[in-house]
Amino acid sequence: MFTLEFLVNAVSSGSLYALLALGLVIVYGILKMVNFAYGELIMFGGYVLFLVGTNTGIPWIFVALAAVLGATIISYLTELVAFRPVRAKSLTALLITSFAVSTLLQNAALLIISPRAKAIILPPIFSTSIMLFGATIAMRNILTITISILVLVGLTLLFRYTILGIALRAAADNFRMTRMLGVPADLVISSAFALSGLIAGVCSVFWIGRTASVTPTIGLGPLIIAFIATVIGGMRSLVGAAVGGFIYGLIFSLIGVLLPQVLLDYREAFMFLIVLLILLFRPEGLVRVKYAQERVG
Amino acid sequence: MTTSRFTTWLSSYSTIIILSVPLLVLAAVTDLFANYLLVRIVTALFVSLIVVLGMQVFMGNSGILAWVHVGFMGIGAYVSALCSMTPAMKKIAIPQVYPFLLQLHMPFWAAVLVGAAVATAIAAFVSYPLMRLSDAAGAISSFALLIIINSVLVHWDRVTNGPRTLFGIDELTNIWIAVGCAILVLILAYLFKESSLGLRLRASRADYYAASAVGINITLVRYYSFIVSAGIAGFGGGLYAHYITSFTPNAFYLVETFNVLAMLVVGGTLGISGAVVGSLVVTLAREGMRAIENGINLYHLLPFDVIGLTEVFLATVLIISLVIRPEGIMGGREFRWLPKAPKSKSEPAELGAASPPKKE
Repeated sequence: MFTLEFLVNAVSSGSLYALLALGLVIVYGILKMVNFAYGELIMFGGYVLFLVGTNTGIPWIFVALAAVLGATIISYLTELVAFRPVRAKSLTALLITSFAVSTLLQNAALLIISPRAKAIILPPIFSTSIMLFGATIAMRNILTITISILVLVGLTLLFRYTILGIALRAAADNFRMTRMLGVPADLVISSAFALSGLIAGVCSVFWIGRTASVTPTIGLGPLIIAFIATVIGGMRSLVGAAVGGFIYGLIFSLIGVLLPQVLLDYREAFMFLIVLLILLFRPEGLVRVKYAQERVG
Repeated sequence: MTTSRFTTWLSSYSTIIILSVPLLVLAAVTDLFANYLLVRIVTALFVSLIVVLGMQVFMGNSGILAWVHVGFMGIGAYVSALCSMTPAMKKIAIPQVYPFLLQLHMPFWAAVLVGAAVATAIAAFVSYPLMRLSDAAGAISSFALLIIINSVLVHWDRVTNGPRTLFGIDELTNIWIAVGCAILVLILAYLFKESSLGLRLRASRADYYAASAVGINITLVRYYSFIVSAGIAGFGGGLYAHYITSFTPNAFYLVETFNVLAMLVVGGTLGISGAVVGSLVVTLAREGMRAIENGINLYHLLPFDVIGLTEVFLATVLIISLVIRPEGIMGGREFRWLPKAPKSKSEPAELGAASPPKKE
């Protein structure tokens, strides 16, 4: 059961989920808004992979970078066009806006590209596997782990040592106080969205690398995972989100092994049951932060 | 001039009359003059209105964003379909159905009411602890509940026929039944809002702390309103099932949620007038856009088939309406007839729920 393959698979999913959760919580931390359009950023990244990958002959690494860039830009644009004008209104208005943006992007993909799945051209590294200590390990998993860890380290450095990172953390802790100290609100929020889009772009490469195809509704899966992971780990802390992602990977793999076959179909329902229980009994998540601040418009 | 008791009575219930009469007129005109397609659209409008009103009962009065009501609509639809289908049809439509469900067969009204009752019972069973949560946690928990309901509907082959289409339900919801039920629900939603329970709930929306300070048990009033609203949504689901006659679990998921939320939010969540106006406006916008979309595809005006244009348009309308008028077209006011000196009885327009006390 707990072979090396299982372990690598679990860690690979876990690190991808950690990234997913982190992207969602960067925005949540400041606006207290769950961005329902987060999944569509991943979808957008996927379509950039498709469009750039099939129409140009540039090396694949640049195609992937284009996807990351595309997701970053679209995330920033949604903030500029949709979220900023609604930000000062109520949280309900913000949440509904994000739901509307999600519907908008999904149907725009339907309208502009196609409702059918589009195949993505992936480099051979995504389909090869190597033998390691007698276990067959997909290169894709190793790549996922490596890149995820690199991004996590990069983000840690950003949050710890740059002015932008410190401002973002401060805003997540106490937005009003941060503004009073002269940090421009629009800039912080825009950067949070851009960063969230960047992470979504990185995730999109690996999420879509699993199936090698992209559909307009592909965003729901990662959104739900990011959702559950952030609630498990703690919606108010970045570390919590990352931890939550790994725990989600673990729980999901374990449920797959432990749950009887009859109930296996309801795996998603069980995950959300866990979410409800955590919201009820430990709403701050597994990783606590010093203080919790209510939303400030 | 002293206002007579009748005038006072009339003015306090004027909202119901002002809203019901146009709906009845719409139903009558459509039934008399319109073609089959238009009758279907207007019937769908009344059915949606019931679900929107159900949502308004909870969301409008408590201020908590509710995603889950379409799930309860689905429960009502499936339960009522199971109750009203003949055993022979059920055997074909759901090959693996449980034997005790197979024998179940009851008239239309009983089936719809059982559907509503089951939705109410499930809401009553699961929702009490969730009523403590507001703001983001409230919205997420409600979303989680929607996904759980959908997941069960999709996978419970022996009851719902799984992700496949459930077909063979008799078309029993006609335009008059739909409009009659919509008006009944409208009255119920209005009476709920104006009842002492509704008032306590609205107080908790306006100011959480002040409401608890005057002794309102906020969790409990939210709980009662949630049960009522889930029951209404389930009732609407039963009517929907006997209108559309075949559906999949995904008919009661995010697309329909978006539809219903758009209606409520564009019209205004705070009052039943908002629910009615929103349903009318969104239906009009959607059907107009769909006609354009179909026209483009039918006559090949564009080199490719247009899919999703309607939804893109609706989402844009929703975003614009949230930017310009987050409290909706009606902005928390109700249509009201006042016999003397126009005294506007408006409420502070506030969408969000007051936050519960937070531990610092």
